[in-house]
Amino acid sequence: MTRVQMTVDGQACDDDVEPRLLLVHYLRDVLGKTGTNVGCDTSNCGACTVHLDGDSVKSCTVLTVQADGAEVATIEGLAQPPTDGDATSGWHPLQKAFHAEHGLQCGYCTPGMIMSSMDLLGRNPSPSEEDVRHGLEGNLCRCTGYVNIVRSVLRAAAELRGETVGDADEGGIGEADVVSDPEHEEQLENLEVAP
Amino acid sequence: MTALDAPTTDAVVGVTKLRKEDAHLVTGRTRWTDNVQLPGLLHVALVRSPMAHARVTDVDVSAALEQPGVVAAYTGADLVEHWSGGLPCAWPVTEDMRSPVHLPIATDEVRHVGDAVAVVVARTRYQAADATEFVVVDYEPLPVVTDMEAALADGADLADSTLDSNECFTWPMVNGDIDAAFDGAAHVVTRRFVNQRLIPTAIEPRAVVCAPPRDQREFTMWSATQIPHILRLMLALTCGVPEHELRVIAPDVGGGFGSKLNVYAEEAICLVLAKLLDQPVKWTESRTEGYVATIHGRDQVQDLSIALDEDGRIRGLKAKLLADMGAYLQLVTPGVPLLGAFMFNAIYKMDALSFECTGVFTNKTPTDAYRGAGRPEATYAIERLIDEAAHEIGMEPFELRERNWIKHEEFPYETIAGITYDSGNYEAATARAKEMFDYDGLRAEQARRRESGDKVQLGIGISTFTEMCGLAPSRVLGSLSYGAGGWEHASVRMLATGKVEVVTGTSPHGQGHVTAWSQIAAQALGVPYEDVEVRHGDTAVAHKGMDTYGSRSLVVGGYAVQVACDKVVAKAKRVAAHMLEASEDDLEFDRGTFSVRGSPDASRTIQDVALAVFAAHDYPEDMEPSLDSDATVDPENFSYPHGTHLAAVEVDTETGMVHLRDYVAVDDVGKVINPQIVEGQVHGGLAQGIAQALFEEAVYDAEGNLVTGSLVDYYVPSAADLPTFRTDRTETPATSNPLGVKGVGEAGTIASTPAIMNAVVDALRPMGINDVPMPASPRNVWETIQSAAPPVGGDKASGATNGGAA
Repeated sequence: MTRVQMTVDGQACDDDVEPRLLLVHYLRDVLGKTGTNVGCDTSNCGACTVHLDGDSVKSCTVLTVQADGAEVATIEGLAQPPTDGDATSGWHPLQKAFHAEHGLQCGYCTPGMIMSSMDLLGRNPSPSEEDVRHGLEGNLCRCTGYVNIVRSVLRAAAELRGETVGDADEGGIGEADVVSDPEHEEQLENLEVAP
Repeated sequence: MTALDAPTTDAVVGVTKLRKEDAHLVTGRTRWTDNVQLPGLLHVALVRSPMAHARVTDVDVSAALEQPGVVAAYTGADLVEHWSGGLPCAWPVTEDMRSPVHLPIATDEVRHVGDAVAVVVARTRYQAADATEFVVVDYEPLPVVTDMEAALADGADLADSTLDSNECFTWPMVNGDIDAAFDGAAHVVTRRFVNQRLIPTAIEPRAVVCAPPRDQREFTMWSATQIPHILRLMLALTCGVPEHELRVIAPDVGGGFGSKLNVYAEEAICLVLAKLLDQPVKWTESRTEGYVATIHGRDQVQDLSIALDEDGRIRGLKAKLLADMGAYLQLVTPGVPLLGAFMFNAIYKMDALSFECTGVFTNKTPTDAYRGAGRPEATYAIERLIDEAAHEIGMEPFELRERNWIKHEEFPYETIAGITYDSGNYEAATARAKEMFDYDGLRAEQARRRESGDKVQLGIGISTFTEMCGLAPSRVLGSLSYGAGGWEHASVRMLATGKVEVVTGTSPHGQGHVTAWSQIAAQALGVPYEDVEVRHGDTAVAHKGMDTYGSRSLVVGGYAVQVACDKVVAKAKRVAAHMLEASEDDLEFDRGTFSVRGSPDASRTIQDVALAVFAAHDYPEDMEPSLDSDATVDPENFSYPHGTHLAAVEVDTETGMVHLRDYVAVDDVGKVINPQIVEGQVHGGLAQGIAQALFEEAVYDAEGNLVTGSLVDYYVPSAADLPTFRTDRTETPATSNPLGVKGVGEAGTIASTPAIMNAVVDALRPMGINDVPMPASPRNVWETIQSAAPPVGGDKASGATNGGAA
């Protein structure tokens, strides 16, 4: 056993651990910080991404003993206490943006996506779509097809730059282009079709 | 706000509501199965076969038992008495289907790499994993079967030594006079397509926790599953635990795509271990373990012939499939390819259809339902074949499609496969997609590049797809020998304060049921959206259900919510009439308020009624003092989403690299509850279908080793590999449910694979290429180009045929 001391989401931790214990398992199994997930065993998926002294790392690829003396930040420490009755008011702009842009479905990759995105925006506050796509290359999502994740990161970037971001699309009806309801028979007749 | 002054609400169905599910997911306050910690929790690790096929002559766990922290270790023989008959297959597609016994832990023969041979239980997950290294297993190699055609040859080696053949079943269907359709046809186009094996890769690995009874009688199982209700039933039948003494909880579940639509060995093992050890146990798969222990998808060889008249009218279609079952039959393995039987004719009219599928055993991980399940394979084949036919007879591919597709005024339409498409408008979706895509402009660019011999060629791919989803209807499933029905259940409870609990039998794992079901209930009951809570995924809370798969949740489960709400309103109306001393016939119900026609001041809100019924001081004599209502619905038909998808790819003819330049998807999923969620489902579906076309393949070597055995080798695309998709919708309401909705979960996956591959082949057509193996990786494309002749620009006559603008 080896003694480690570190700060995790602002709290001091002091534990005896096996030298081989992965940081992600220390977070999850020893500290009970289950907000950080494990999605693979080959460092490909990025679900376990946390910050180690401000840089994003895949915590499945870091030994707990390597984090000795470090400051670790996880998804669980990202939100501030609500400033008003609205629970979302304390959320980080990335958390708000993923919600507004539907940047998550099952949500399993989301903690890693958000922690990686935060690192990305720290290095490049005004990324292009391409910058975001390449910056998140190490984080896999199987649900969203990434379109709304990219939108989420760009939205959060704008807010972090102090720009006014529009309201979420809530209430938008996303109306279909052609409504072929039998009640609107005339539309069916007027359609231009194949060449 | 009290129940007495609740506001009325405006429309909440058909508008985007940000998801109620998100708050705990974006802040890390999640409830994944692997998060579950219980007092005395033990950890389970499995010893798995490294051989694809072998006789197991000895398994010795004695050294493992000596390792630190180890509590127990068992061989397959130690536990065989605890499961009766092995893991279930619920879809015996033919009476004489061969169905090998599938023990959760093998006893004397292993049949694929990853087959379990022993289990170790220890106090920590590291100790359990360490101890597996000390289990000694003696294997005697047996011949390995990996190729389906070789497996069916006379005298072939057997994938399972207890069977007399590798043929699982052969299932034929012939509708119409198929010989007449092919005799004298002006054109017959024949092709073989290979639909490669895929690994679903839900981003949350599977996990199981099982706790034995303490002060209660029941076992409690948490599982990363799509099907808590089916799992409970099947484990009760398999492991001898009475159904009413087993509670299954699907907490937060991180994606499924069919891979968690199963009854897995590890679930049975954890239940039995909890019983034997009288302590809670947990098993969590590693990704690499999951790649051999969780089902795979697809894996078909398809031989097709299509017969057409001179003018391109389709006369008939023959489809003959080999479908790889893998080594065992999982829950619905043999039924998956048969779902395709009804989809090969797709959106096209024809005189005759013949279909024959042979299921084949090999020494590979079992296949089962993966996003689309049988319909992507069929849709890929027909949409590719239509392009091939268009090329061979010299027609523009859209023109051939339109000549044969069902016209909007012909719905409802009974297809040659014998099912009735209730609604659709292929013209509308196609017109919109072409407009968004700049189809004519891209064809012109393609012609220029062909003319100039550009080393980067442009390909345009079309997919005018439909699919059948929303499983449902029970009678049809019964006629296909499926082991269960397709109904769904919902309960709606009006609480005394006017708040609402909706209990659903569907089991979401990312789809947003809590949000969408809240919208349906808020609209139907006229209560605020925020006042609705949705409960699911726990057999003790949602006592009845058929769970979530096959794009069924909204069209069946949402339908049940609507019907249960309608019953609540009907009961509330009687009470309101009683309270207002009016006739029920004189009451109107609008946005949560019952009012007497002509006397708008005489009114009661549904919340008023709920409180009055709770107090129960004064209610109609002939009813119970309750508004709560249940509904179990069984739709009369599937739903048939459709759409037109267009892809533009640039293919570098020197490197074989395919760049997806643009993708337009116009989908018709009927009416929608939440447009943002629908768009998200389309995006995710597209990514998986495109991944089949361009990136993913589960590769086995001749010894039955999974070569693509981890995420290092199996290419799941990242954000950098995909473009921003452009989507739109047309809206033709479904007629099989009162919401007018169709399924959307699988549509994008089904549609996109052929759109991409048609584009890749279209780019290379001038080189005389008429097929590219999937995935269209640089290597596969480059090798196809190398084996083809002549080079770009060398044969303009044939190259021009497919691109009408050329």
